[in-house]
Amino acid sequence: MNLTVNGEEKAVSAATLADLLPELEFEGDWLATAVNSELIAADEREAFQLSEGDKVEILAPMQGG
Amino acid sequence: MVTFYDKEVASRFLLGTAQYPSPQILSEAAKAGEVDILTVSLRRETAGGQQAGQKFWELIQNLGVHVLPNTAGCHSARDAILTAKMARDLFKTNWIKLEVIGNSDTLQPDPFQLVEAAEELCADGFEVFPYMTDDLVLAERLLEVGCKVLMPWCAPIGSAAGPLNLTALRTLRSYFPDTPLVVDAGLGRPSHATTVMELGYDAVLLNTAVAKAGDPVAMARAFKHGIEAGREGYLAGMLEPRDFATPSTPLIGQAVFS
Repeated sequence: MNLTVNGEEKAVSAATLADLLPELEFEGDWLATAVNSELIAADEREAFQLSEGDKVEILAPMQGG
Repeated sequence: MVTFYDKEVASRFLLGTAQYPSPQILSEAAKAGEVDILTVSLRRETAGGQQAGQKFWELIQNLGVHVLPNTAGCHSARDAILTAKMARDLFKTNWIKLEVIGNSDTLQPDPFQLVEAAEELCADGFEVFPYMTDDLVLAERLLEVGCKVLMPWCAPIGSAAGPLNLTALRTLRSYFPDTPLVVDAGLGRPSHATTVMELGYDAVLLNTAVAKAGDPVAMARAFKHGIEAGREGYLAGMLEPRDFATPSTPLIGQAVFS
């Protein structure tokens, strides 16, 4: 399945958002995720089924003012 | 003590976490300034083990402060709302510093998008800290949609220009005596912080003035003193300026030599 993850095209085998994170070597509990401009909360990732062409954003804490 | 959305904090110094020479200096500056609230942001994480977010998040957690996530960089209500929701999921706080930028050169907040985003976020249970211009009507609208804190700029972000419109800041203070008011953005020197605190502002939020100082740790300490001086001066009741001299030494009993 082809996705856009943080602006980059990716071909992945994961079916759920929870499976996508380790497949792309995102690890830890300090991540926030959205798919197609909708928040997918941490406790919803397991049940969230990815679809061809989904736009996934994976964000983390960063310095800010 | 100052209260933001039923949460009491001791320090009136809110500090941003960007642009420091190193994470260690950020940490030392936060301690030197006796800061209780740090602002943080959300950015795309890098895949494959080079995860900067993890180390940064551990550093912030070790400081034991309140975290105020921001929506920096958002140019629309829609983006700011989604960023706020992602921040709440990650940081487990309803606090959000709401930034919706309207002009890329001045980083001036977009008042229309700001009110739209604030209304939706307040209705969704967020406790919104809106980064705003010093406009009185905008302040009224933000309070109407549920904001209980206002954060007017005093000059463009990172400009170090200091308060450009004291009259507008004074007007906000006098119109909203019971609303926590925080000057956010534009402060360059400790004396700028003193000035706005002397107006009766409840706190200041700054970043660049400390992070880009020659010695950020010493500058954080200097701002802490500046903020405290301004607050104490405000509470002590200051004299209004006069046009003519008033002798400070009593005239009674003065010798007459001729």
